[in-house]
Amino acid sequence: MAEKKFNVLPGFGLTMGFTLFYLSAIVLIPIGCLVIRALGISWGEFWNLATTDRALAAYKLTFGASFIAAIANAVFGTLLAWVLVRYEFPGRRFIDAMVDFPFALPTAVAGLTLANMFAANGWLGKHLVPLGIQGAFSPLGVVIALTFVGMPFVVRTLQPVLENFEREVEEASATLGAGRLRTFVSVIAPALLPPVITGFALAFARAIGEYGSVVFISGNLPYKTEIAPYLIWMRLEEFDYSGAIALAVVLLMISFVLLGVINVIERWASKFAN
Amino acid sequence: MAGTAKRQLAAGRAKSQRGTEESPLVKWLLIGLALLFCLVFLLLPLVNVFAQAFSKGWATYLDALQHPDSWAAIKLTLLVATISVPLNVLFGLAAAWCIAKFEFRGKSLLITLIDLPFSVSPVVAGLMFVVLFGAQGFLGPWLLEHNIKIIFAVPGIVLVTIFITFPFVARELIPVMQAAGTDQEQAALTLGANGWQTFWHVTLPSVKWGLIYGVILCNARAMGEYGAVSVVSGHVIGMTNTMPLHVEQLYQNANTAGAFAVASLLAMLALVTLAIKTFLEWKQHREFELAQQATRAESGDTLFLTRQKSE
Repeated sequence: MAEKKFNVLPGFGLTMGFTLFYLSAIVLIPIGCLVIRALGISWGEFWNLATTDRALAAYKLTFGASFIAAIANAVFGTLLAWVLVRYEFPGRRFIDAMVDFPFALPTAVAGLTLANMFAANGWLGKHLVPLGIQGAFSPLGVVIALTFVGMPFVVRTLQPVLENFEREVEEASATLGAGRLRTFVSVIAPALLPPVITGFALAFARAIGEYGSVVFISGNLPYKTEIAPYLIWMRLEEFDYSGAIALAVVLLMISFVLLGVINVIERWASKFAN
Repeated sequence: MAGTAKRQLAAGRAKSQRGTEESPLVKWLLIGLALLFCLVFLLLPLVNVFAQAFSKGWATYLDALQHPDSWAAIKLTLLVATISVPLNVLFGLAAAWCIAKFEFRGKSLLITLIDLPFSVSPVVAGLMFVVLFGAQGFLGPWLLEHNIKIIFAVPGIVLVTIFITFPFVARELIPVMQAAGTDQEQAALTLGANGWQTFWHVTLPSVKWGLIYGVILCNARAMGEYGAVSVVSGHVIGMTNTMPLHVEQLYQNANTAGAFAVASLLAMLALVTLAIKTFLEWKQHREFELAQQATRAESGDTLFLTRQKSE
């Protein structure tokens, strides 16, 4: 702000003071304490704790499953947003409202019901397990839970962009002789890409830290279906504080890097939209 | 007359869009695929909660909910939400006031910091409070000396819940207050109202829908939080078990019907939250349209402009 405006509104000192106090007490000091505690561990030991074979297996599963789930969300989220914005069909409004259901449902309930559905005697497992598709207590289960949890992100970032998309551009493309597929690939898709990537990144970031829904469905077998947040929890149960803190700091750093990346992507996407 | 004109207009529009629509086959194929995805990932999980909860009949369902341990979990969950939600509302109002109504250096940094809890894994959040207040933590010895229990007790559960739901109210309120501007408040102050009167009678009514929106989202998350609470609670049945933790406990004890009975209450909470959310969005949309109509009626120029925009 170059110009300095005279503001007659009161309460800046009070609200700013309370905001900073509360922010420090609830967020900054706890995060700071974790980092200070981690700095107390020597670098060599930190490295050993953060890169045990079991930890590496957990990172691999966490990132792999989150990536696959975010890809699934990008594909089906785009499809869902497109169908919701462009077509009229029975139940459209209901489904539009239900898209936020994974945000509203407690993660433990999501994990519980998904595990039950995909277990050998569940509604879907009954048909899938004989075909060799193990949806529960397997890495696939982790992907299923993470897909559920991340589902609203792509739909909700894409919907407003699709709603504001200028039909004239498509008409121009059609007038110039492009088929519908050609129009979609070279006119519509480039405009949709930035919000889809934003939604993908948000879903991926959410999936990395997700805990509640996954622990119910994965079975939490070390080296096989154990995610990184669960390993932290396990280390705490064993009273191995240093081990828990080392893993937590790795996860925290990754979250912050992702936050930065998402900010850059969002800025790029909004520039693209203009 | 008006009806025919409308129909002609619709027909004209349909014709003009022919080049920009998929063939019916493609269209219904896409709708079918989307519906199938929604069926597997939205509808079935929801219906399954209630089907499993009632799988052994009403009596078992009610027994599971009336069990003293379930009651204790329900009461604790309500208690945690009643403490953490109002505190975050207070913070949200304060943060939105100073961010939306004033200009200062580092504003975007402050907004980023407020959003920070969203990107911290729940387990890591729980661990942070163990590091701070646990027996081996920074304040552990002091708390032990003064016989104050935070970790493995209710205060710890409340603290992590506040952390997890920290941004909800603030991030809903900030854009609403920014959009409202400061003209109304300045007018009220000029007319002699004091700061509190201005806040209660001018600011609060103008942001009430955004505030309710933030509160219901905050509440849903506060009641449903599992990971962070699981780290600090210690899982003492009947004492520090919230509803999501109780669901897990029943499930581990192979009491599937009981687990789903408690889970069904949380699923209902989610449905009510969604219903209120949808209603608020519809209301907001309607108010926006009414405001647009009002400006349209005001002058011919704006009518022309809005028409151009909407077409």
